[in-house]
Amino acid sequence: MADFVLELLSEEIPARMQANARNELARLFAECTGEAGLKTGAIDVYSTPRRLALIARDVADSTEAAREEIKGPRTSAPPQALEGFLRKTGLGKEQLEERDGVYFATIERVGRPAADILADTIRRIVADFPWPKSMRWGGGDLRWVRPMHGIVALLGEEIVPVEIDGIASGATTVGHRFHHPGDITVGGAQDYVEKLRACHVIVDQEERERLIRDGATAAAKKAKLTLLPDEGLVVENAGLTEWPVPLVGKFDPEFLDVPREVIVLTMRTNQKYFACTNDEGLLAPAFVCVANIAANDGGQAIAAGNARVLAARLADARFFWEQDVKVPLDQQAKKLSGIVFHEKLGTVADKVERVAKLGRWLVEQDIVKADADQVERAARLSKADLVTGMVGEFPELQGVIGGYLAEAQGEPKAAADAIRDHYKPVGQGDQVPTAPVTVAVALADKMDSLVGFFQFGEKPTGSKDPFALRRAALGILGLIIDNNLRVSMRDLITAAAHPGGASAGRELAGFLIERLKVQQRDAGVRYDMIDAVAAVETGGDNVRMVLRVKALQSFVETEDGADLLTAYKRAANILKKESWTGGVLSSPAEDGIPQTGEEDPLVLVDDPIVGEAVAEMAAGQSGADLPEEKALVAALDAAEPKAAAAVDAEDFTAAMAALASLRKPIDEFFDHVTVNDPDPAKRERRLNLLMRFRDAVNRVADFSRIEG
Amino acid sequence: MPCISQSLTLYERALWGQALSLSFQDLILTLQHYWGDRGCVLLQPYDMEMGAGTFHPATVLRALGSEPWRAAYVQPCRRPTDGRYGENPNRLGAYYQFQVVLKPSPDDLQDLYLGSLAAIGIDPLKHDIRFVEDDWESPTLGAWGLGWEVWCDGMEVTQFTYFQQVGGFECKPVTGELTYGLERLAMYIQGVDNVFDLRFNDAGVTYGDVFLENERQMSAYNFEVANTDALFDLFRKAAAECERCLEAKLPIPAYEQAIKASHVFNTLQARGVISVAERQAYIGRVRDLSKAACGAWLERAA
Repeated sequence: MADFVLELLSEEIPARMQANARNELARLFAECTGEAGLKTGAIDVYSTPRRLALIARDVADSTEAAREEIKGPRTSAPPQALEGFLRKTGLGKEQLEERDGVYFATIERVGRPAADILADTIRRIVADFPWPKSMRWGGGDLRWVRPMHGIVALLGEEIVPVEIDGIASGATTVGHRFHHPGDITVGGAQDYVEKLRACHVIVDQEERERLIRDGATAAAKKAKLTLLPDEGLVVENAGLTEWPVPLVGKFDPEFLDVPREVIVLTMRTNQKYFACTNDEGLLAPAFVCVANIAANDGGQAIAAGNARVLAARLADARFFWEQDVKVPLDQQAKKLSGIVFHEKLGTVADKVERVAKLGRWLVEQDIVKADADQVERAARLSKADLVTGMVGEFPELQGVIGGYLAEAQGEPKAAADAIRDHYKPVGQGDQVPTAPVTVAVALADKMDSLVGFFQFGEKPTGSKDPFALRRAALGILGLIIDNNLRVSMRDLITAAAHPGGASAGRELAGFLIERLKVQQRDAGVRYDMIDAVAAVETGGDNVRMVLRVKALQSFVETEDGADLLTAYKRAANILKKESWTGGVLSSPAEDGIPQTGEEDPLVLVDDPIVGEAVAEMAAGQSGADLPEEKALVAALDAAEPKAAAAVDAEDFTAAMAALASLRKPIDEFFDHVTVNDPDPAKRERRLNLLMRFRDAVNRVADFSRIEG
Repeated sequence: MPCISQSLTLYERALWGQALSLSFQDLILTLQHYWGDRGCVLLQPYDMEMGAGTFHPATVLRALGSEPWRAAYVQPCRRPTDGRYGENPNRLGAYYQFQVVLKPSPDDLQDLYLGSLAAIGIDPLKHDIRFVEDDWESPTLGAWGLGWEVWCDGMEVTQFTYFQQVGGFECKPVTGELTYGLERLAMYIQGVDNVFDLRFNDAGVTYGDVFLENERQMSAYNFEVANTDALFDLFRKAAAECERCLEAKLPIPAYEQAIKASHVFNTLQARGVISVAERQAYIGRVRDLSKAACGAWLERAA
């Protein structure tokens, strides 16, 4: 056994691709050696901007020799069958063995040396590597993420010979581009990492990440600042450096007039700098950049150079900011009539108008408690920043810029906040606004998009969701549930409907239930619980629905609940098996009467005498003869009104408690009562009683949709 | 002031006791010498308006086909929408690029490039040189490539690209393209924060002395004055002329007309008379013209 090291040296690999590349390298290596039957120990993968490397421990010297017997055709089979078998095995007829009228072939596989298999593996890794984008260079045909320059492949201390498009494997690589430009010879897996370290290359990305994380924090601290942590930047800078050296730089404090987000974003996206704050938590006029060299002047020139680049960028940003502040948002908003929102849904100005109206409606219907004028005003200004120079430069700051401009132009704080935050929540995990004006504008904006796009047939399909409607729906649910907004989805959809569009309420209701499952998943709510409640909660009040779902799930997870669920399923199965729909009455469904599980069977009975009989029958009380039957009837008599009252009062825990009171009686009923009694009257009565039990449970939640 | 040979690098100047950084024109001369010494044909700017040095036929047309080619040249670039009336210290409506193309791209292209930075006085152990992913695409040329923007202490100083396709055709062999942003590079080397303060030469002339008035007038022209009807007309005429040249199997004049159409389109954009919806159609039109010219060029070469 020996350790194996592979290094693929190339020109700079994009930082964002490196994590995936390491995984793919490990996967391809394991796949290729695995298929060939070569045993290896642990595999480590590394990346730097210029290299992808892999170390496999304890690689077997060769694959094991194997002997395999394959059963062939019968000796009596037609000659073609034998011919095919010989072709398949690569043997001659004389090499086959005959036993009991059947041919057998014995295949001997000799062990292949590890170096052979590793050479094949390297070829396949290079040929099959799934780079997101690859290229050719020079006059060659090889494809790689950037031009490839070398292959180090050592098994133990021996080179694994392989040549790919003129690049021959060897033991030689290069050190840091500037600190150690010459060749270095690697002895094997055992000294690869350390040899490179001696040549200013830290091969292990995690070590570089650590150096950046800790070094940037320490550098900021030394300058009496606090680093704003940013893991994304840590990883990106680790992908851009082989010898990371964090350095602190400063910028002119006069740039701090520019909105903080703009400064941080400019530093982050354009320059990959970390931002810092001072003692009071305010943005400091300083940054931490990560150099790739230990500069001979201690990094002074680098920090100064970066500071100048940043100053130029901030000067640009300030120019836009100063231009934008001069133009009132009202005036900017007028330009929105020139931007098409969607071919069927008009311009952005049209959308703003709809959002303003819907926002006002939310307040007037008392769904959101806010100042209606403020909501309308904020809505009208909410998209005005889309035409500013600042958002043109930094599109990801839509909303944020509008908020700053509104504040600078003297809008009330609540309106400015609403403009800033009305895109929230953006996806799950994002903070859900709670300020009333913001809630109204955010909800109106998302409802307008969701309903409008559904009405015009632009629904998400499969992986395609070009208008981010799934995210909008999650946002809507988050806003409603977190803010305890009592509104029926039906009313909300009607209010948001575009007059020219098709009706989409039914489709949307289903879509929203599916989104609710996603939205509640993180809170540990089971999707089957949502289905069980959605079947009985048809009003579309999401707050009520979630309360009910949570009570149901807690109940089902208790012993009482689990037991009741079992009894319910048993009852439902018996009824299903007997196709029992209620004794003398024909099935309401067969009569074309809608059956939601909530109708009172008596509603449809006009004749008072029949009514009485039916009532008696449905109650299952006539001539009860076993104590367990009587007990169940009594329990139902007590539980049904309690459950109904509790559901009305939205005390779903109490409703579940009412159901819990049925557990013992139903269990005893099943233990002692034979439903399928030879006496048809008894049988009918008992089936009716089971049906009453099932329906009582169903009125609280449709237990048939609960799994387990 | 002693006479200093143009071929001296900054290091050599330093040895002479002249720590003075390169003037704008010496920067160009140093790069020309450096790449001339490495087998490049030193060309002069193409005498047409264009948005980038890439548009020069010495890059676009020569990147096609199998013939080896090495060239270096300065190309004045016009970007009407970037004009700021000379009021922004970092933005210009017209500026210079230094363009190097090497076909096939040599294995040591990165080292050659770093050598050019050393030649203009950038010490890679004092300054942080980085190759940061930046893939290049020109929708009007039907061209794309992979490469980086090269950073020097966080500033982009060069676009470094391995061409994969030009005019919709595979580049085989691959051309390596280096595009130096001369003003930025010079600002960096000279330690100047305003482009107009650059020393153009060592005899007291600044970049502003040469070009500030040009920026003011051209911004006014491009944003306010240019006759849009005439420009639309010019666009149509250039397109038609390009097609006539294609019929006559003359790819070079056809390509020139495509360049002309492209510049007219840029000016129309600066005037703000092309809507978002129309924009794609215009880009598509220019792309079709340049693709056809590239195709005709390849046919003739074959």
